[in-house]
Amino acid sequence: MAKPQKKYTGSSVFNTTPDAAQRKKYCRFKKNGIKYIDYKDANFLLKFVNDQGKILPRRLTGTSLKFQRKISQAVKRARHIAVLPFTGDMIK
Amino acid sequence: MATKTTKSTKVESVVLNNYESVIIFTPVLSEEQLKDAVAKYRKIITENGGELIHEENWGLTKLAYPIQKKTTGFYHIYEYKAPASFVSTFELAFRRDERIMRFLSTVLDKHSIQYNVRKRNGEFNQGKNTIKPQEAKK
Repeated sequence: MAKPQKKYTGSSVFNTTPDAAQRKKYCRFKKNGIKYIDYKDANFLLKFVNDQGKILPRRLTGTSLKFQRKISQAVKRARHIAVLPFTGDMIK
Repeated sequence: MATKTTKSTKVESVVLNNYESVIIFTPVLSEEQLKDAVAKYRKIITENGGELIHEENWGLTKLAYPIQKKTTGFYHIYEYKAPASFVSTFELAFRRDERIMRFLSTVLDKHSIQYNVRKRNGEFNQGKNTIKPQEAKK
């Protein structure tokens, strides 16, 4: 796993421009003071899955480990109650 | 538990936790049948020493993938306080009920309780990331 200060330089859905690739990633939950991730909110959870419905690694999203665990839990719950699909192409 | 005060201590001595159950009813139910089913589970909560905090009905909602060959379902969410042993009896009732396609019960921690209260007060209509000043203490 990469350390926080190391930058991921490969192409990704989050870093499409060279400028964005240079910017420091941050955890949006810590920054915005979000403490609970609602598993019933499909639109919010869609930010953390790719087009196939897979959970994005925190290498790409910048989420801290604490909240990555919560995202993972929330996405899995959402899949169970058919709020998110288990798989699919172009789900967004 | 003291033997002489059987009547009053029963409710007070039991620790109540906060839970939330999401139930997906099959879409073939009529309006009336759905009301009956929802009322049945509401009754189960209150009769088994729980107290209902909030209920939410999403109505007929499209599923992300088919369940039992149905593409839609009636979502109903109960938020309640109950003793820990209650959840298993509640879920047993779900499993026995053919009207229910899927269910999920979760424990609510202090953050999720707070989140649900704020959601009920309609604080999230502007967007998820808006936070109140007293929330951002760190």
